[in-house]
Amino acid sequence: MTELKTSVEIGGMGHSVKRKEDPRFIRGRGNYVDDVVRPGMLYMAIVRSPYAHAKILSINSEKALAHPGVAAVITGETLKEYNLHWMPTLMSDTQMVLPIEKVMYQAQEVAAVIATSRYAAADGVELVEVEYEPLEVVIDPFKALEPGAPVLRTDKEGQKDNRIFHWEAGDKAATDKAFKDAEVTIAQDIYIPRIHVASIETCGIVAEFDSVEGQLTLWMTSQAPHAHRTVFALVAGHVGLSEEKIRIISPDIGGGFGGKVPIYPGYVIAIAAAVVTGAPIKWVEHRRENLQADSFGRDYHMHAELAADKDGTMKALRIKTIADHGYTDAACNPAKWPAGLFAVATGSYPFEAAFCEVDGVYTNKPPGGIAYRCSFRVTEAVHAIERLVDILADDLGMDPAELRMKNFIPPEAFPYKSVLGLEYDSGNYAGALKLAMEKIGYQDLLKEQKEKRERGELMGIGISSFTEVVGAGPSKDFDILGLKMFDSAEIRIHPTGKVLVRIGVQSQGQGHETTFGQIVAEELGIPIADIKVEHGDTDTAPYGLGTYASRSTPVAGAATAMASRKIRDKAKKIAAYLLEVNEDDLDWEPGKFFVKGVPDKAKTIQEIAFAAYTNHPQGMEAGLESVSYYDPPNMTFPFGSYICVVDIDSGTGQVKIRRFIAVDDCGNIINPMIVEGQIHGGLTMGMAPALMEEISYDEEGNIYGGSFMEYLMPTAMETPNWETAKTTTPSPHHPIGAKGVGESATVGAPPAIVNAVVDALSHLGVRHLEIPLTPEKVWRAINGL
Amino acid sequence: MGTQSISITVNGVEKTGEVEPRLLLVHFIREDLGLTGTHIGCDTTHCGACTVILDGQAVKSCTVFTVQASGKEVLTIEGMTTNGELHPLQAGFMEEHGLQCGFCTPGMIMVSHALLQENSNPSEEEIRFGISGNLCRCTGYVNIVKAVQYAANKI
Repeated sequence: MTELKTSVEIGGMGHSVKRKEDPRFIRGRGNYVDDVVRPGMLYMAIVRSPYAHAKILSINSEKALAHPGVAAVITGETLKEYNLHWMPTLMSDTQMVLPIEKVMYQAQEVAAVIATSRYAAADGVELVEVEYEPLEVVIDPFKALEPGAPVLRTDKEGQKDNRIFHWEAGDKAATDKAFKDAEVTIAQDIYIPRIHVASIETCGIVAEFDSVEGQLTLWMTSQAPHAHRTVFALVAGHVGLSEEKIRIISPDIGGGFGGKVPIYPGYVIAIAAAVVTGAPIKWVEHRRENLQADSFGRDYHMHAELAADKDGTMKALRIKTIADHGYTDAACNPAKWPAGLFAVATGSYPFEAAFCEVDGVYTNKPPGGIAYRCSFRVTEAVHAIERLVDILADDLGMDPAELRMKNFIPPEAFPYKSVLGLEYDSGNYAGALKLAMEKIGYQDLLKEQKEKRERGELMGIGISSFTEVVGAGPSKDFDILGLKMFDSAEIRIHPTGKVLVRIGVQSQGQGHETTFGQIVAEELGIPIADIKVEHGDTDTAPYGLGTYASRSTPVAGAATAMASRKIRDKAKKIAAYLLEVNEDDLDWEPGKFFVKGVPDKAKTIQEIAFAAYTNHPQGMEAGLESVSYYDPPNMTFPFGSYICVVDIDSGTGQVKIRRFIAVDDCGNIINPMIVEGQIHGGLTMGMAPALMEEISYDEEGNIYGGSFMEYLMPTAMETPNWETAKTTTPSPHHPIGAKGVGESATVGAPPAIVNAVVDALSHLGVRHLEIPLTPEKVWRAINGL
Repeated sequence: MGTQSISITVNGVEKTGEVEPRLLLVHFIREDLGLTGTHIGCDTTHCGACTVILDGQAVKSCTVFTVQASGKEVLTIEGMTTNGELHPLQAGFMEEHGLQCGFCTPGMIMVSHALLQENSNPSEEEIRFGISGNLCRCTGYVNIVKAVQYAANKI
C-alpha cells in the first residue's frame, strides 16, 4: 500500500483521483490530429506498392493531375530535388521516403496525391499509373541469411548479405560449460509472431509551412515530439528548416503503444508537400495502411535452452534469436541496444551463467521491430524464460509454482546484478506468486483439474512470474540517435498558488494530466484541482524523449518530483523570511511550513507563492519556478505473478480464459484507479497475441492480417473479467519509489496463457504451442495433427 | 460528380446541404458540420469509433452514405449532454474509469446508449455482446462494462 500523506482534496500519491482529461473526452471534445482543420488545407493520399520487391519502371501522374481537385503528385523524383527521398531511421539505418528505383515491401509508399478533398485524393491514387518489374522476394529470415540469398540492401555500400547486426550478452564459454556439465537440459524453439499495435487512432499529420517566416508547424501523432523535431531539423536543415522554426504539437493521441514513436514516410511526404504547395496538408492513414505499412512488433525466432540440476535448481540459460526487421532497421531501441533490453531474459531467477545472441535480418517486409506495449524486446525475453521454466517443471515432474518458488531471487539479494549485466533495483517475487496462488485458490484448482481430467475435460492452469525492465534510461548507456534518455519537468507556481506543470513526455491515454499533477500535489501539498499539466508542444514543453517503454513515471515522474522539491527548497527560504525564523527551525507538512513545535506559526504554500511575487526577500530572485532534467541512476524493475485458468472445448479447440489473476508490483502507486486500468489494458494486449493476433506473409510477400477483416483484435466478448491485486516494493533509487506499470501486463500475460493451455493438453503429450493459440492450432494439438 | 440535396436532423437541429452521393455520413458529420467527437478508426466497419444513432438505431457512420440519412434523425456524442448536464453514460465512463485515450469513447457511449434504450437492465453478458462491435485498445473493457452498469442503475 502506498501510504496516504495527503487528504482527498489535495489528491497526492495513492488517491484514485478522477481523470482531468475525461471531461473533454466524454463530451467528444478531445482534439486529435484528424480534428485539426487549417484554412486552405489540402488532403494527401498515398499510392502503395502491390509488390513486395520490384523495380519501378515508370510512374505516370498525368491522368491523376488531370482529375478535378488534384493539386499535385509527389514522387521520389520530387523529393530527390531536395535530397529528401531517403531519411535516417531512429536506429541509424536508412529508409526510403519515396522510392526511385525499387520497392522493398508490399504497401510501401510509391507516390502521394495532394487534392482539395480526401475523396479527390483517393480518386487521384487510383489514377496514378506505376509500372513494376517484380524481383525475387526474400520473406523467410533464415533463408535471407543463407549464402546466395539475394542481397536486399543494394543501396548500402559494403552490405554483402542480409544481416543487420549481431548482438550478444553474457559469458558464452561459462554458459557452454554449464550446459555441458548440467544434469538436465531442455531446449525449445519459440516464435513470437509479427503483430501490430493497432491503436484505434491511426497515424496522421497536419503540416503547415509559413514561407514568409520559414515556420513549420506540425500537428502529429507523436509519442516523442521533441526527438522528432530534432530529427526533422537534422534531416531537413539543408533545405532551411531550422529547429527553432519547427513546432510539433502532439495533441490528444488515440493510443500509441510504441506505434507512434517511429517517423513514417507519410509524415515526411506531407511536410515536403506543405513546403512545395504552400498549403497546409493533412494526411491520416487508413487502417489498412496502418496495419500493412507501419512498424510492427516482435517477429523473434528464438532457440531457447535451459540447464538445471535434477532437483530443479536452474543453472544456465542460452538463447539464440533471429530477428526479422523487414527491409530496414526502424526499431526504436536505444542506440547501444539493438536487441533492446532482451538481457532481462534471465527473468526472476539467479542463473549462474547465461548467454544470449540476436541477429537482426533484412527481409522484404515493412520495417519495424518496435515495442507493442512493452519495454524494448522484454516481452520476447519473458516469453522465453517463462515457457522454459514450465517445460523444465514438466520434464522434472515438478509443480511449476514450486519450481519457481525454489529458484526465485530472494528479496534480500537486491539490488541484484544479473549475469547478463542488469542491476535489478528491488523485488519480492515469492511474495507476488504467493499472493496470486492464494487469490486464485491454487490448490483447489489442481484438485479440480485432476477430477476434470479423469472425466476427459480439458482445463489448464498457467503461471508467469515475470520481471520487467523499464525507465530508459541512464545517460551513460541510453540514447536515441545520440539524444540522451533523460526526461524533464518544469513547474511554475503562480502568485495565487495555482500551478502550471509542463513535462517532456507525452500521454496517449495514460492520464498524465492527472498523475503528474498528483506528484506535484504530493510534493507541495497544493490541491490537484489547482494544478494544470501540459505536454506535447515543443514550443512550450521542456525537452524530453517522450513516452514509450514505460518511461514516463520512472523518468519524467522523477523529474516532476525533483522540480517540486526545488520549489519547496525555495519556498522554505521564503517561509523563514516571512516567519522571521531560521530555515532550520521549520518543519514541512504537505501544504505548509511551520515552526518546529509551534504548528500555528505557519505559512501555507499559497501564502509563500504570493510572497514570492509580492514580498520576496532582498537578495533572492523573485518568482517560484523550477525545472528538472532527470538522468535516472538505473532502470526500474516492475514485476508480478499471473495465474491463468483456461477451459478448452475439445471439439473446437476454443480456449476460454475462465479466470486470470494479475498480481503486479510497480513500486509506489500514484493513482490506484489508473494503475488498475493500465493493467486491464495491458492484460488484454497480452491476451491478444497469445490467442488471436498475427501478421504473416505468403512466399511472395503478400500480407495476411492487413485489415481488421483478418487482424482479429479482442472485443468485449473474448476479454475476461480481469482480477488484479498488488504487492508494493518501492524502487530504492526513484524519488517517489515508483516503477512504471503501463506494459507489465502485456509482458507478463502471454506466457501465463500459453502455460495454461499447454498444461491443459500436457497429458496428451503436448509440450509447447506457438502463439497465437487459435482454435485450429489447439484443435490440431488435441488431435495430434 | 453530381450532388444531391439532403436534410438531416442532427442533435435536434435540421441541417441541409448539397452533397456528393458517395459522401460518407461520418465525413458529413465531422467535416461539413464540424462535429469531431465522432471518430474514424478503420475502413472496414469493425472498430465502431464512428458509431452514431440513426433514427434510434446505432450505426457505424463510416458505412452509411449521407444521402441515406436524409430525412432522418442523427444523434452524436455532442448531443448527449442536455443543458450542460452529462448523460448518465458520460458520467459512468468518467466515474468508472471506462476510458483512457478517449478515441473509442464517443462510439462506445453511443452504442451503449442504443443498448440501454433497448434493454434498460442488461446483464454483464448482454453488455459485452452489445458493445462487441466496438473496439477499445486501452481499457480491456472491464471498466467500460462497469460504466454501462453505472448508467443502467441511474436511468
